[in-house]
Amino acid sequence: MSRDAAPRDRIIGPMGNKEQVLAAVRGAIKDVAAPEIPRGYTRDLGLDRAALIDLFATRVDDYRAEVHVIDRAEVGRVIGNVLADRRVRSVVVPDDLDPGWLTTVTSQVVRDSADLSARDLDQIEGVITGSAVGIALTGTIVLDGGRIQGRRAISLVPDTHLCVVEADAIVGTVPEAIARLDATRPLTWISGPSATSDIELDRVEGVHGPRNLVVLVVTGP
Amino acid sequence: MASTQPKLQPKPGVAFLGMPAFTEAAHIALGDDQLRRNLGRATHTIRDKRKRVVGELDDWQDLRTAAAAIKDRTLADLDRHLEQFEAAATAAGATVHWAADADEAVRISLEIVRAHRATDVIKVKSMATQEVGLNEAFAEQGIRAWETDLAELIVQLGGDTPSHFLVPAIHRNREEIRQIFIDEMGSVGRPAPDDLTDEPRRLAEAARLHLREKFLDTSIGFSGANFAIAETGTLVVLESEGNGRMCLTLPDVLVSMVGIEKLLPTFSDLEVLMQVLPRSSTAERMNPYTTMWTGVTEGDGPQEMHVILLDNGRTRALADNTGRQALRCIRCSACLNVCPVYERVGGHAYGSVYPGPIGAILNPLLHGVSDEHDAALPYASSLCGACFEACPVKIDIPSVLIEQRAEVVEERAESGRPNAESLAMRVAAWTFADHRRLERAQKLAGKTGPVARHVRRLPGLLGGWTASRDLPPIPQESFHEWWRRTRGEQR
Repeated sequence: MSRDAAPRDRIIGPMGNKEQVLAAVRGAIKDVAAPEIPRGYTRDLGLDRAALIDLFATRVDDYRAEVHVIDRAEVGRVIGNVLADRRVRSVVVPDDLDPGWLTTVTSQVVRDSADLSARDLDQIEGVITGSAVGIALTGTIVLDGGRIQGRRAISLVPDTHLCVVEADAIVGTVPEAIARLDATRPLTWISGPSATSDIELDRVEGVHGPRNLVVLVVTGP
Repeated sequence: MASTQPKLQPKPGVAFLGMPAFTEAAHIALGDDQLRRNLGRATHTIRDKRKRVVGELDDWQDLRTAAAAIKDRTLADLDRHLEQFEAAATAAGATVHWAADADEAVRISLEIVRAHRATDVIKVKSMATQEVGLNEAFAEQGIRAWETDLAELIVQLGGDTPSHFLVPAIHRNREEIRQIFIDEMGSVGRPAPDDLTDEPRRLAEAARLHLREKFLDTSIGFSGANFAIAETGTLVVLESEGNGRMCLTLPDVLVSMVGIEKLLPTFSDLEVLMQVLPRSSTAERMNPYTTMWTGVTEGDGPQEMHVILLDNGRTRALADNTGRQALRCIRCSACLNVCPVYERVGGHAYGSVYPGPIGAILNPLLHGVSDEHDAALPYASSLCGACFEACPVKIDIPSVLIEQRAEVVEERAESGRPNAESLAMRVAAWTFADHRRLERAQKLAGKTGPVARHVRRLPGLLGGWTASRDLPPIPQESFHEWWRRTRGEQR
């Protein structure tokens, strides 16, 4: 198979029978009243910053990801160590990544750009990104394509994802995370490395997404 | 010997045509030892895990109540939510199509693929595309649809159909999977490694390598959606392996087929659904990956985005006052995992892409009960209620089943088909209407009683009842006779 860039014969406008579907819907619900939504569930955990960081780190670790809680001054050194320990020979980084994070990195560094194809990314072993929100209760990281996150493909195709989470961006619960997110941005929620339980329910880490997830929680001003 | 037993292996394409109705299919499935072992282990493992992660949340019942109300609210104003979704998604650069039925959904999909002159598409698991038979329709037109979930790949390469929403290849063991990969991968792409073992890690690696080529080379992706947000036009897909992210991010064109009941009014409603779905389905605090996207984002992901809103019987279900709640379903499969019937017969016996307790009510709601398949499904239950208790959106499956059983009986009455039960009831009504007739009948029964004690099976249509029950002994003396002989004499 060779990939052509999805040639298109014509612009494809809306198809199908909207009015028929809507009429059937209206006929079906004409006497149905909308209920109120009781929202008695928990919105925040009432934990202080240190406890949130602890819980977040524990829950990320439960997914068999590697977690480091570090001071801001250590970021560059730890990134270099992690990549060296894991023998990651090349990394792609978003173009707005702080060069200070790369001072001890000996891997080949590729700054992301529009002409880097998925095939090119497939030849790169690692990726470093920031993140938008962390959820302590579920050990989840959310990327929204904002600062230091780049486009979605870069945090997907390489096999090792090194993800920096600002301690201030960690919230307790899913409702708190949703409140911080903008639905119109492309969002990726990541909870541990890629996994499957499809073969006799044995959990296997790593199918198509990054098989290795390393999370750096950065504290301090 | 397991290999000589008949197995239920519906073929894709003919989907479930030619499959026996539930009662017969269940008998065949019950004889399949391998299937029962796999199912027993799988359902118990997930069940226990689910209990643990659900038990972690003090507010679980509040979340269930909220989730059910959110879905009811969606359905009560579904027309408005659909139009709102269409407007928001369109404004964000998506093209929204409407499909009244499966044929229309397939036609629209084909049109999009043809306009791009594509011969291959990649797919992330989607119940909606399975429901409309998209892969089979594509195959007829020479378009190859590649399933990318590990289990769906196993099912597709093995030439059969899924039997569970979340573990679709639950009926296959690791040695079978290894053999399928070795036999089939090479003819459709990168072959399996020569030294492939049946270790899950090695099998997953083989799938990774095989599918990576497809992810990088295919320019059109197909998906469904777990949720569609009316307010913002956002689509949401939850998954585990990363194949979803691949299909949703790497192609140039993305087509998402979404059942109209998948809508949620607002983005903030996800704060509930993103909690109840992962814990109920894969029994995790959160599934490994979720992608949320709204139309087209410049420089990130597919630059052409289509949404096909699918009815295909949903408005029929929506019009049913009791059955409407089935449209709250978020396809978590918790009800399958707790169901004593599913655990023993497996997914194929239900003869539909929607198996288990939810399938037993959803299929008749979507298509009616005039067909023998759908008519058998309301009986595929012991009404134990475990499904209701497990359901994160509180679908009262037992109540819907009872309602549907009544419908099946009415349908039979209308179509004039007599059955043993209705004949027996008519005879009983005639007998009970007059006490002399009743006494004569009792006398007769008392005399034949000693003989009947040796009867293990009733003949003919009544045999079904005695197949799993013994006949109770019939007393030699009826109550009337006893009364006359004792208290009656004392007066």
